[in-house]
Amino acid sequence: MIKKIVLMGNPNVGKSVVFSRLTGANVISSNYPGTTVDFSKGKLRLDGRPVEIIDAPGTYSLKPSNKAEEAAAKMLQDADVVIDVIDATNLERNLYLALELLERKIPIVIALNMWDEARHLGIHIDEKKLEKMLKVPVVPTVALTGEGIKELVSNIKNAKSPKRELLKNDEQRWVEIGRIVKQVEKFEHKHHDLRDKIEDLTIKPITGIPIALGIIFAAFWLVRLIGENLIYYVLDRFFYNIYLPLIEQLSKIIGPGFIHTILIGEFGTKIDFVESLGMLTTGLYVPIAMVLPYIIAFYFVLSLLEDTGYLPRLATLVDNVFHKLGMHGHGIVPMFLGLGCNVPGALATRTLETRKQRFISATLLAIAIPCMAQTAMVFGMLGKFGLLYIGIVFLTLGVLYIILGLIMNKFVKGDSPEIFLEIPPYRRPNLKATVKKTWMRVRWFLREAIPFLFFGVAIINVLYAIGFLQWLGELFQPVMHGLFGLPGEASTALMIGFLRKDLAVGMLLTIKNMSAMQLVITSVMLTIYFPCVATFAVLIKELGLKDMFKSFLIMVGTAVTVGVILRIILLGV
Amino acid sequence: MGTNTTLLAHLPLRNKARIVSMNGGHTFNQRMQVMGIREGQIIEIVSKQPFMGPLTIAINNHKMTIGRGMAHKIVVEKI
Repeated sequence: MIKKIVLMGNPNVGKSVVFSRLTGANVISSNYPGTTVDFSKGKLRLDGRPVEIIDAPGTYSLKPSNKAEEAAAKMLQDADVVIDVIDATNLERNLYLALELLERKIPIVIALNMWDEARHLGIHIDEKKLEKMLKVPVVPTVALTGEGIKELVSNIKNAKSPKRELLKNDEQRWVEIGRIVKQVEKFEHKHHDLRDKIEDLTIKPITGIPIALGIIFAAFWLVRLIGENLIYYVLDRFFYNIYLPLIEQLSKIIGPGFIHTILIGEFGTKIDFVESLGMLTTGLYVPIAMVLPYIIAFYFVLSLLEDTGYLPRLATLVDNVFHKLGMHGHGIVPMFLGLGCNVPGALATRTLETRKQRFISATLLAIAIPCMAQTAMVFGMLGKFGLLYIGIVFLTLGVLYIILGLIMNKFVKGDSPEIFLEIPPYRRPNLKATVKKTWMRVRWFLREAIPFLFFGVAIINVLYAIGFLQWLGELFQPVMHGLFGLPGEASTALMIGFLRKDLAVGMLLTIKNMSAMQLVITSVMLTIYFPCVATFAVLIKELGLKDMFKSFLIMVGTAVTVGVILRIILLGV
Repeated sequence: MGTNTTLLAHLPLRNKARIVSMNGGHTFNQRMQVMGIREGQIIEIVSKQPFMGPLTIAINNHKMTIGRGMAHKIVVEKI
């Protein structure tokens, strides 16, 4: 009886799209190899019975070359059926894994995915003949549109583990693959089209580097544009025109006392959504009206970059720089994902091959990459002083990323192998899919962040009420003032920053009389000194305790050093 | 090496060549092979990044970026 089905295949053949189609569950898929670094589980109804189905990370062979591929190879052990997803536009290379799977004596059915694109490229595959030669069911599919998925499901029970002559070595395998391809595949001559021209322009350094700068600039500009407009036209209107009168009414009903303080803020003072520090005021306004708009904007733009297939090109163009930092070009993927949230960023370091690369990538991520929640709050906090101050924060972090990378590359032991990356063809992003993916990530934020902030505000209130935060501020006053030229209360923000960085920036806003430059210093230190608890937990898992401890020492050392340097430069004392 | 054989790293842009041999270790050759880079394949240079940066190559219309050092381990014959 079939209990467990595993989806296997080369990277970027669309396994996750097939998985979403089969289970109705939503998982993140993109147009670059290595989107799935962990596995996803789902259920599929087969003849009325639920069957577990697992989406494994992509791998080129069962002899893995990185952590994500290792995980994929392991997943095979208790599979009852394997669905081998094959990229029809690249039959030859994909058949290698197929042959390896066939040798494992696990029943297999093959999904010949991207069937439409293969036809478009003038590649004709005789799937019936392929079926005969491999002796397992072969189903052409277009997972993006759902074509062929029904046939795939009905063929799961026909999955076979045919008796085959055992191939002794790779040479024999390639000979066998050559024999198969020769019989089933035919090419039509294809002319150079617009897509090829764009592919050329974006990967040649002379044109590619200016285009890359333009795209990155446009991406950030678009994030700001969408974020600001959502706040101005939608969320602030809602909060100030509809929500505020309600809260004012509620304030009258509750009256003075601790309950008022914890829910709304201090009684009798004007309600301020940012500074009142009540659960129903700050606790909702910060995540929903200040952070969420930028989260939506960021993930929408990131989805566009991912789904077009631009990221591997960018990885190629920046490879030189990243190689000097002890990684290779693919290191830009954890960095980009980290700009949204450090947690997926930390997971994405798995696609790097060695311990050295992963250590550097994860440490730099934790130190110099602010997540979008924090960035949004920094924008909100420093925006009124002018772009210059926001500029100082990001310039400092950017310079830090490079300097620390150069240093770690020198001192961290281990290899830093060269880039070896597949460059997928450009694909036109599908608006519906982009919106869906953005929503999946935004929903994650809503589920994780809003409760944290909502109850975080309550905890802060309690800590204030019992005098803990005041005590902490006084305790650290000599350190904060002596080293960084900051008021003692800034230390409370750093403490809250361990829970969530956006809330920490929110707390800074409630501290009176901080100058713009002091806010800049605290924002930078808040990014560097320690990741938030969610990222911290993932990093321990990814790096191991020993390396995480080393990474932690680097974080604290860097935060203190940078804090002192900034104080000397920016405050002049 | 004959007059027409050269290292992949030295193959000029947009030139096509046939892979003659792979001079890396077993692991290297294996890793290249599963991505379709192996003896007999026709390979083309799509772009070269400056300062000894990586090469982007195409085999059967499939593009890959590989490090310059890797390209020094692949011997090709111009066609």
